[in-house]
Amino acid sequence: MELKKIMFYPGCTLKGVAKNLEDSTVESARVLGYDFVELPNWTCCGAVYGLAQDSVKFTIANVRNLIRAKEYAEEIGDNRLVAVCSMCYNNLRRAHIDVMKNRDRLKTLNIFMDEEPDYNGEIEVLHYLQFLKDVVGLSNVKKCVKKPLKGLKVAPYYGCLLLRPKEVAIDDMEDPHILEDLLKALGAEVVDYPLKNECCGSYHTVDKREFVAERTYKLVSVAKEVGADVIATSCPLCFFNLDRRQEIAKDKHHEFEYMPIVYFTQLMAIAFGIVSEEVLHFDRHFVSPEGVLSKWL
Amino acid sequence: MAMKRIGVFICHCGRNIAGTVDVKRVAEEIGKREDVALSTTYIFMCSEPGQKLIEESIKKYNLDGVVVANCSPTLHEKTMRNAAARGGLNPYRVEIANIREWAAWPHEDNPEAATRKAIRIINATIEKLKANASLEPIEVPVIRRALVIGGGVSGIQAALDIADAGIETILVEREPSIGGNMFRLSETFPTLDCPQCILTPKMNDVAQHPNIKLYTYSEVVDVSGYMGNFKVKIKKKKTFVDWDKCTGCGECLRVCPITVKSEYDLGMGNRKAIYIVNEQAVPLKALIDEETCIRLKFEKKVREGKIKPKKNITICSKCADVCEPDAIHFKDNEEIVEEEVGAIIVATGYEIMPAEAFPELGGKYPDVITALQFERLLAPSGPTAGIPRRPSDGKVPKKIAFLHCVGSRDPEHGVPYCSRICCMYLIKQAMLYKHALPDGEAYNFYIDIRSNGKGYEEFYVRAKEEYGVNFIRGKVSKVYKVGDKYRVQGVDTLTGRIVEVDVDMVVLATAATGSSGVKELAKILRIPYDEWGWLKETHLKLRPLETPVAGVFIAGSSQFIKDITDSVSQASGAAAKAMAMLSQPKLEKEPILAKVDTEICAGCGRCKDQCAYGAISIDPVRHVAVVNEALCEGCGACSANCPTTAIQVVNFKKGQIIRAVDILAEVF
Repeated sequence: MELKKIMFYPGCTLKGVAKNLEDSTVESARVLGYDFVELPNWTCCGAVYGLAQDSVKFTIANVRNLIRAKEYAEEIGDNRLVAVCSMCYNNLRRAHIDVMKNRDRLKTLNIFMDEEPDYNGEIEVLHYLQFLKDVVGLSNVKKCVKKPLKGLKVAPYYGCLLLRPKEVAIDDMEDPHILEDLLKALGAEVVDYPLKNECCGSYHTVDKREFVAERTYKLVSVAKEVGADVIATSCPLCFFNLDRRQEIAKDKHHEFEYMPIVYFTQLMAIAFGIVSEEVLHFDRHFVSPEGVLSKWL
Repeated sequence: MAMKRIGVFICHCGRNIAGTVDVKRVAEEIGKREDVALSTTYIFMCSEPGQKLIEESIKKYNLDGVVVANCSPTLHEKTMRNAAARGGLNPYRVEIANIREWAAWPHEDNPEAATRKAIRIINATIEKLKANASLEPIEVPVIRRALVIGGGVSGIQAALDIADAGIETILVEREPSIGGNMFRLSETFPTLDCPQCILTPKMNDVAQHPNIKLYTYSEVVDVSGYMGNFKVKIKKKKTFVDWDKCTGCGECLRVCPITVKSEYDLGMGNRKAIYIVNEQAVPLKALIDEETCIRLKFEKKVREGKIKPKKNITICSKCADVCEPDAIHFKDNEEIVEEEVGAIIVATGYEIMPAEAFPELGGKYPDVITALQFERLLAPSGPTAGIPRRPSDGKVPKKIAFLHCVGSRDPEHGVPYCSRICCMYLIKQAMLYKHALPDGEAYNFYIDIRSNGKGYEEFYVRAKEEYGVNFIRGKVSKVYKVGDKYRVQGVDTLTGRIVEVDVDMVVLATAATGSSGVKELAKILRIPYDEWGWLKETHLKLRPLETPVAGVFIAGSSQFIKDITDSVSQASGAAAKAMAMLSQPKLEKEPILAKVDTEICAGCGRCKDQCAYGAISIDPVRHVAVVNEALCEGCGACSANCPTTAIQVVNFKKGQIIRAVDILAEVF
């Protein structure tokens, strides 16, 4: 079967520490019949600077990425750009909405980048979860499942970037269920995880490790309390904080029990029968998920 | 005849106008006009000496027209016209030039432009005025009867006040019993009276009053006519029981096999398919709910052809079998009745947002309920006999969290405004809970406590000091279930710390909005409402009980959420307004109406199609449009649609308006 080409924006983290997210995304998409082609010449999404709302300058990087996508879209004949890193998705989509809403800002940007073709809102930015739900369809995802994750209790964790601000939210801000729906399609048992949209501590992990460790302690303990075996996320920063900061959490709270953190794409790959370490990269996890997932590996 | 001796009176409005507009210069400029006999200024035209100035100037200068340049005509047009009338000038020869809202206020930063704009507005007004005709008000008869819509505490009070004045009053309530939301309450703040003690006597007074005609389980479906002369259609909904025969004995309730959630108890308790709202209901009558009664459901399916029974069978008639007065007939007894009234009071009350609208605050769990539901659990006559129990398992909660401002002051999740009553009722509920269970712990999470009423602050202090209710200043971000408990995650903004409390039950003070269906009713009455379903008053400060439709008044929470004290006061106020209108032998109506020039009118009927008031008909013999003066509101829709300018509103004729617009639109 020939794979359908779709533009994919990996972002910097996926090329480094989050190789497990990139590989499991691309491989799972392949099973579903899609060839996620890396956007040529992509640049940084601006990461946290993109959150500064008042400056046209910080939108430049993303609009430039959208222009790259616009050029490439003509080549492959599809204007959809998929991101899986929550922050990349958030920044790209917000930049798109921002310039669509503020035409004078767009004009300024287009004039500033006079060496580039103009951007006029041609690109549709999608998060991989939206792509799975709206383009692939969860029933088709279900059809590709070879090893249903039956009995695996998963806490879905959205963090903030998939849900806020409201205009880029991929689901209801207060009570999302898109990730739950996917996990259910994979056969997993989804626990009602009340803290699914709470903050992970974000970049405070750099300057206030203890603070983030406290967040991690809270988020992981409650997941345990509601019966989860594993927490699934789509954000490399959430992943890092929830995974790596468990070490300090354990130092501070002796009763604390480690819990593995995984990307939802890793669970998808496993359910699709992909168990290769070259895709899953479990060596990159501080708390190894191998024990919990051994039944399916 | 065009006016030649016009007087122009320019108001300073203290500093409101004179602080920006150079009123002296305006008076000088206007004074240069040939048709102006007097152009002067005064500090407050609306004051007694200001009005005297108009009166005396009319006589002294023999004025034939007056322009008062001051604030919006909605405020003082009437005042100025009355003053002119006292001076011997026809009041319709007075026009208002609004130089406060149109010139002074919007151009505070540019006095020069404001002054020039004021001159222009006055010049335009003079042009409009010059073609004004002298008019006499139209007299219409008054039907001395009143209609009150809504049988909550406001509607009850308004109906009783009017009826006590000897005026026949019709009270319409859509529920099977009057009493409204107050009837659901456990006790009321700050006096801790129970509604059974203070409301039921009033409800019985309504039932027994010789001047009150009560329609419960009925809705107003159509209103036509005008002030003093309304025709109202009321739909009596089907009860399947003959209320003339029903004695309210309650035998039928005991034998009915079907149990469903009770609307009166807001899902906290049960009722039967045939039911009486509660033991104090007024009227105390049984009715059958056709959605749940197995017999009626069966009969409906047979009628619709979904079921074809082999022979003529009857499913269930247990209630009818035990009914001694033989009141239960299972027949559709829906009926439309017509009534004529002179004034209408709308007292449709409020409702609160459902807990389910706040899943992040636990609204999806059975033990997270709204404050109105909790009232039922605290009420001695309620489903738990006044000892609160969890809806999920019936356990008595040892710890309860009360969350203030759920959806209020929060445009993202609810409404932008403060719902006014929640602080006080949550304090009361915490107090009553502690009274019922002294060992229990109550946590009130609030933004700030708004206890601005007589005895309210003292009540709050009592809750803290005597009852030991825990007040935590800060909002709650999340409520979630952990095992058997609900974890309330919030912040204490006084200590700056995150707070977590595990409780057995959570009570949400959800935002109040206008009651459901009020928008449809407002359309029937042609009165305005806002996006949250609150009815709009004519003037928030000075005419809070009136609507733009003459003869229709509003009372209680239909205008905006109010506590009982305010609702009752407002109800009496609206009743007084209605009585004042109904005690007139004749009513005067503004003569600003559409008039037809029969020489030009071709009888095409386009005006008739546009008239929202049904005031225009086409004379079949002369084949011209005819305006019913009593019905016409002078809106001008007919005039705008007339292809030949045959129909025009007096004193708003096309030439007048266009001349004024020409002046306003001149380029500086």
